[in-house]
Parts: sequence; structure tokens; C-alpha cells
Amino acid sequence: MKLNSPLQVYKYLPQINCAECGDATCMAFAAHLIDRSKKLDDCPPILKDEYKKKYVELLSLLAPEIREITIGTGEHARKIGGDDVLYRHQLTFFDPTAFAYDVWDTMPEPELVERVNKIANFRKFYVGKFLKVDMVAVRCVSGDAIKFAGAVKKVSETTKLPLILCSFDPAVLKAGLETVRDKNPLIYAATEKNWGEVSELALNYKVPVVLFSPDLDKLKSLALTFKEMGIKDLVLDPGTYPQGKQLKESFERFIKLRRAGIKEGQKDIAYPIMSVPLNAWLVYKDAVTASYWETVLASVFTVRYGDIMILHSLEPYAMLPEVHLRDTIYTDPRTPVKVAPGVNEVGSPTKDSPVIVTTNFALTYYTVESDLSSNKINCYLAAVDSDGIGVEAAVAGGQLTAAKIKDTFQKANFEFKEKTSHNTLILPGLAARLQGDVEDVTGLRVMIGPPDSGRIPGWMEKNWPPKPK
Amino acid sequence: MINNGKWDVIMAKKIKLSELGSLFGGEIQALEGVKIEGDVEIDLGQPGMNPQMAYALGHETTQIALHLMNISRILGYPVDQMLGGQAAAPKRLTKLIESRFSVGKVEEWKTPIQQVILGATSSDGGTRKSTVTLGGESALPYYFDAPMPHRNYITMDVFDMPINMAKAVKSNYEDVMNSPAEWAKKVVRDFGADMVTIHLISTDPNIKDTSPAEAAKTVEEVLQAVDVPIVIGGSGNPEKDPAVLEKAAEAAEGERCLLASASLNLDYARIAEAAKKYNHVVLSWTQLEINAQKELNRKLMKQCGVARENILMDPTTAALGYGLDYAYTNMERIRLAGLSGDTELNFPMSSGTTNAWGAREAWMTSSPLKDDSDWGPREYRGPIWEIVTGLTLSLAGNDLFMMMHPTAVQVLKEITQTLYGSKETEPVNIDNWVSAVI
Repeated sequence: MKLNSPLQVYKYLPQINCAECGDATCMAFAAHLIDRSKKLDDCPPILKDEYKKKYVELLSLLAPEIREITIGTGEHARKIGGDDVLYRHQLTFFDPTAFAYDVWDTMPEPELVERVNKIANFRKFYVGKFLKVDMVAVRCVSGDAIKFAGAVKKVSETTKLPLILCSFDPAVLKAGLETVRDKNPLIYAATEKNWGEVSELALNYKVPVVLFSPDLDKLKSLALTFKEMGIKDLVLDPGTYPQGKQLKESFERFIKLRRAGIKEGQKDIAYPIMSVPLNAWLVYKDAVTASYWETVLASVFTVRYGDIMILHSLEPYAMLPEVHLRDTIYTDPRTPVKVAPGVNEVGSPTKDSPVIVTTNFALTYYTVESDLSSNKINCYLAAVDSDGIGVEAAVAGGQLTAAKIKDTFQKANFEFKEKTSHNTLILPGLAARLQGDVEDVTGLRVMIGPPDSGRIPGWMEKNWPPKPK
Repeated sequence: MINNGKWDVIMAKKIKLSELGSLFGGEIQALEGVKIEGDVEIDLGQPGMNPQMAYALGHETTQIALHLMNISRILGYPVDQMLGGQAAAPKRLTKLIESRFSVGKVEEWKTPIQQVILGATSSDGGTRKSTVTLGGESALPYYFDAPMPHRNYITMDVFDMPINMAKAVKSNYEDVMNSPAEWAKKVVRDFGADMVTIHLISTDPNIKDTSPAEAAKTVEEVLQAVDVPIVIGGSGNPEKDPAVLEKAAEAAEGERCLLASASLNLDYARIAEAAKKYNHVVLSWTQLEINAQKELNRKLMKQCGVARENILMDPTTAALGYGLDYAYTNMERIRLAGLSGDTELNFPMSSGTTNAWGAREAWMTSSPLKDDSDWGPREYRGPIWEIVTGLTLSLAGNDLFMMMHPTAVQVLKEITQTLYGSKETEPVNIDNWVSAVI
């Protein structure tokens, strides 16, 4: 965005402190616009006609450096692009890389449906939410427009996820577009050869379109030409070569495009970038090797500026690291990583329920909490203030100590004699070396739990209730 | 106004499209007696239209839209404002607009990363056959701004006693677990380790409380077993480590080993002193905190007098899904600060990539959560967890990787050396990837 202080934004706002946006003052709202935690449309007065001019001006000044485009419709519509910085610590990255997994038009229908469902139903629980994947890319392998349209139809009947229609043949793309004309699919791709006809499709069907060329001069030419024709929802594919010097050069093109777009403000190429890790399958035929290498390519381009990618492997060992790395890179570094220290109830604990200790590192805490609640273990869970550091590191670094554990229960007014029948506390397995200290400091019986909270259910079966001494 | 590409132009009455072309064919100076009331909606491009028709009509509608806007402008209606100041109408082009792409290099990267050599050959007073040079970068890793002078290196873990480890890892070492020397030989000979890390974990008073003198013997055995540079790791016990590393440093005098680690919560001065006295390199270890890293580096240099070429940093590696976001950004910030002139941070970095195996996704048989999709076989999950953790940090600027699984080592080497530029392969044509049969 072109503005960098709340004061600059404030000048364009109504300055009436009506608080309709939820902030007490226009200046506070301006600060939220700068850190992008609120949108201009959250301000009802500025939407009125009298402010129209300022609204339009401010909207363009607040627009992210990289164009944000939408693929698909309804609740599954997905935005890509929208970034303002080159490094996540400078603000945060917006619109996590959209992961599209492929299907192709020569698949037998039952297989096609099964594969689409697998893509749509993938989920991995993580810190209070599910990590999922976003889109289905339909590839035309047959070369037959009718066959392609049939596959697109079947996919769109099976899932509401946004689609990418993939073919270099405009007639094939058109057949696909006819089938899902109201679903706002992304079309792949316009090239140096077919751009005239593909641009017609983008205009006629009003859909976002990918421009493909590993030559950045040509890619920029295509982008300029499309923009001139009024097509602004563009995605750039500078080519993802799967190995060797070609891969190194692919990597460099991603860096160059994004640097030009954000650091140098080159609007002509400031569009979302697409990567195709699927190309790993062009060189590796063994499924495990290809899946591994595809995951490697996906990782490189998740870290360095891929806004959308097309992938093939649905193996859990490929998808799990992919979704986790995307979360790693796109997690907002500005949000706190700690939970409030204290003693919390999980389920409905009674006097016979265990009392379990963990740290206040959000990730640790939520992991333990979800392991307990999903296995329906009623208990007390203490989040000890370890400065937001995980158990193992906090024990090594002295942030998790017997004194801190005692302090946590005292501050929470948690009396073991009153609240429990067993006077016992369970330490994480990775904090086993604190056992003696904790016994001395608290006078409680101290048991050592498993090193990973996923094993608490099994541990409970063997060890709980504690046997009388 | 533009709504989803539809141009709503305000006009007096409805006019047939065909009439419009002739009506406004020439220059229009003014229009009288036309009131602006109703809406005429001109839709550019009807989905499903015959392409030729659409093309022809497209031309017409484009022209009409332009004309209509002109009329509005003449009548004083703020067209440009309505359109957000971008009133350019779509038009068909028959030739690509020629263009050249260019982008500048990053000017602020003026300070190179310190170069650090691990290992010493006989000409330098050691017994290693080869040495490993880290650092020297003048840009983020693999960037085009400046070539990376040295590739990434991998040191593989060896422990001085059998330890618990993930099944997928353990199966590779069962035959050598009781002999650190054999273990070291195996990782160099069979798994392509550039270096070996000997972890003296048995010295922990809570484990075996092995004496520093005995631990030093293990180090000597490893030095005799392999001729690559080595890392000497303590047990992580802050009371015991300084004594253990001191004795080990003495036993390895002149070999330019990496002593792991000096940290703020132990007697780092004693470790620094041992490095200076016996010609080794100090690993400056802090926990995900850039300011602590600055502080410790400063203390090692100013207070302990460790030379710049004898410092490597370990800013802490958290596993993928378990804080890698902090580890990644911490390293990236450290590297950017170093390149931009912070001489307390421009040192090469090392990552305990093995920490990836702490992630339950790396070793657990299946998800403990019933709502998760199937996690698949763990044998494949573990190595890729280690790879992605390491690869992510390599992109942030990490130079040396401490690793465990042979497959993870192979794959990380392959990708980092590809991005570094030393992997030659046959060119691949990706122009028809869309129709590839996979």
C-alpha cells in the first residue's frame, strides 16, 4: 500500500469519531487500516455519497502492492495475492498460498469422484483449527474438448471448491468454461501462442487467467497486453522447472517478479505468482521419489512467493508437510503466541480427575488441550508461564521450574487438598528431570506423563487412578 | 460504475445498439435535450456467445461504451470519478505489447557474512583430510544478487551411547549404536555426511555422569575413525557441559572442531577459553531471540576475545508445525541484519534439524485425533519432516545442518545444491505439462 502512517490515512476519513466501525476514534480506525486488520468498508459513513471521492482515492492508496484476485464463488471462494512485504516479519503475508490438486479428463469417473472427494475432505487439526486444501485443477490430457467439459462437469457436481481449468487449447478451455460459467474458475493458460483467443475467453466469461512464460520479458508483455485489453485478474506462471540449473533459474524468476512488484512498485507485473510443483512428476516416475520432490518444490515456492500452486500427490506424507509449511509462513507474526497462565478445566473434572501441567506456549497448550478434549479426558490443565516457550526448551532454559509450577497453582487459588482426592500432579515426560524439585517445593505426589500428549490416553489406562503408596 | 465488468452508462432512453454506432460515429461536441435518467446496461461479452459474434460485437460495444462515456463527460457527469479515474475501455489487440523486464539488486546488502573454516588439515596443524568453509554470502541464499561462495553442509549425529529415537531413524543405526567410532564411519561412508557430530550425552549427571576425561576419549576415537571435520556436542547440562567441552577440546587440539555450545545460561567464557587455547570454533547458541544472539556474540568477541572467524551461531531450530515460524523468521531477520551491516550478527548459522523428529507427525503411527485425515505410513512422514524443516531454514540463511536420517540428508543435499547451482541435469521441457500422463 502507498500509505504508511495512520495520520496519512486519517486525512481521508470522515474524522467524526462516530465509532460505528468499532473503534472509538477515526485515528484508531486508521491504525487498523494501516496494519490491515480492518477494511475501509468497515466505516459506514465513508460509503456515503458525500465521501465518495475520498473513498475512491483512499481505496486505491490502501490497495496491496500485489493485486488480490478471487477464484471461485461463495463460501469456498479463495483470494490470492494481496501482499505488501517481502519478509513476513515486516508485517505479515496475506492470502495463504492456494493449493490446487489435479485431476485429469482421462480418469474413469469413479476414480475422478474419489480423488475429488479426497482433495475436498482432507483435513489436519492444528492449533484450534483444521488445515485444508483449496482447489481442484482439471487437466486436459485427452485433447478432446467434449471429454474435458464432461470431466469439469463431474468435478463441479462433486465439490464446491474453486476450479482451475488447464489446457493450452482455447477450444478446450471454452468448453470447460461453458460448463462452469458461473463458478468463476481460473483458466490456465495464455501463452505467447494462444493469447489472442484466451484473452477473448477471459473477457467474455469474466474469469481470472494465468499467463505462462518462463521468459520474463514475454511474461511482462503478456501482462501489459492483457491489462490494456481490460483484463486485470491475472496470475503469472514464470515456469517451475523441476531440476538442475533450470530450477535455480525458476527460483530466481520468482524472486525477481516479487521484488519488482513490492520493492520497486512495478505495477505491470504486480500479480499473484503460480508455481507448478507437479512438474516433479515429469522427471521422477517412482511415486515416493516424485512425491518427495514435489513436496520439496512446494516448500521452496511456499517460502519464496508462490501465491497459488498446482500439485499432484495426495499422499499424506506430501500433504501434511505442505499444509504445515504454508501455515508456518502465513501465520501472522504479530499475534501473541502465549495463552494466559492459569489452571483450566478440560471437560468437567471431579475430585478424582488428574491435574496435568504444561507450558503457556500457545502451540503446546492447544495441542495438549485438543488431545485431552478429543479423547474426552476430564481434567485440570495448568498452563505455566514459561515465557511462551515449549516444555523441552523451557526446562533446559530455566523458564519451567518447580517454583513457577507452584506459583501457577497459588495464583489460581487451586488447593489440591480441596479440589482433588489424590494430591497428585502430572508433569510432561519432557520435564521428568523436575520431578524431585516439584515434589520438594509443592509437597505433592508427582507423576511423569508421556513425552507426547497424544499418548496421554494410553498412559491414563495404565497409570490412572494412581495406586495408593 | 464498474460492477463485475458491466458498464452501466446513464442515458436518456433506450437505444438499439445498432443505432448507436451510426448515431455517434463522428465527433460529438455537445448534446442537447438529453436528460440523464434511466440506465442502459452494456454488457461486454456475453458468455456462451459465438466467438466470432462476440468478437465483432465486442468491438462495437467497446466503441459504444467509449462514446457513451464521452457523452456523459460532455454533460458534466463525473465519469472518471465513477470509474475510479481509470476510464480506459477494454479493446482488442492483435499484437503483443513489446516489453522488457528488469529488476535491480538489493543495495543495502553491503556487509558479507563472516567466513568460518571447520576442520584443519596437516598443513594447518590438524589431521583432517578436508575442511568445510561456511559463510561468505553477500545476499540471501541462492539469490541472483551475488553468487553464494560455499554450498550448505551437513553434519550427521552420532551419540556416545544408545538412545531412544524414532523407529525410521533407528533402523539405520542399530548395528553401530554401541560404538561411536563405527557409527561415525557409517554416516560418512554410507550416508555422505560432510561432517560428524559426536553428542556426549552420557556425561549428563542424570544419565550416566560419564567423566569429562572418558568423554574426551570418545572424541579421540571419533577423530581417528573419520577424517572429516567434527562437531563436539555436550549433553545440554549447563553445569557439566563447560568441563566436558573443555576436556574434549584439549583432546582434539588443533582440529578446529565446532564446540557445541556456548550459551547465556552456562559458563560460556570457559568454553570460549577452551576454543581459543586449543584452536576450535565456538557455536553461539541462543533460543529464538535475536537480541540474545547479539548479546552472546558480543560477549564472546568483546569479553572473551574470540576471533570473528571462530564463531558460528545456532539461533535454535523448532520443528515444522512446532514453532518453525519463529525459527524461520528469527534466522531470516538475523541474516538480513548481518547483510545490512550488523557486525554482531553476520556469522554463519547452524541448525539442529534433527529436532524435526520431535514433531509427532514425524514418528507417531497415526493421528491421535479422530477428525484428521489418514496420516499414512510414518516411515515416509519422518524423513520429509526433517527435509522440509531444514529446507525452510536453508532459505532463511542457514549454512550447516545437523541431521539424522540418511534419506533426509540425500534430499536436502540435492535441493540445496540445486539452488546453489552445482547440479547439472538434462534440460526438461515443461511446455506441455498440462497434458502429461502421470
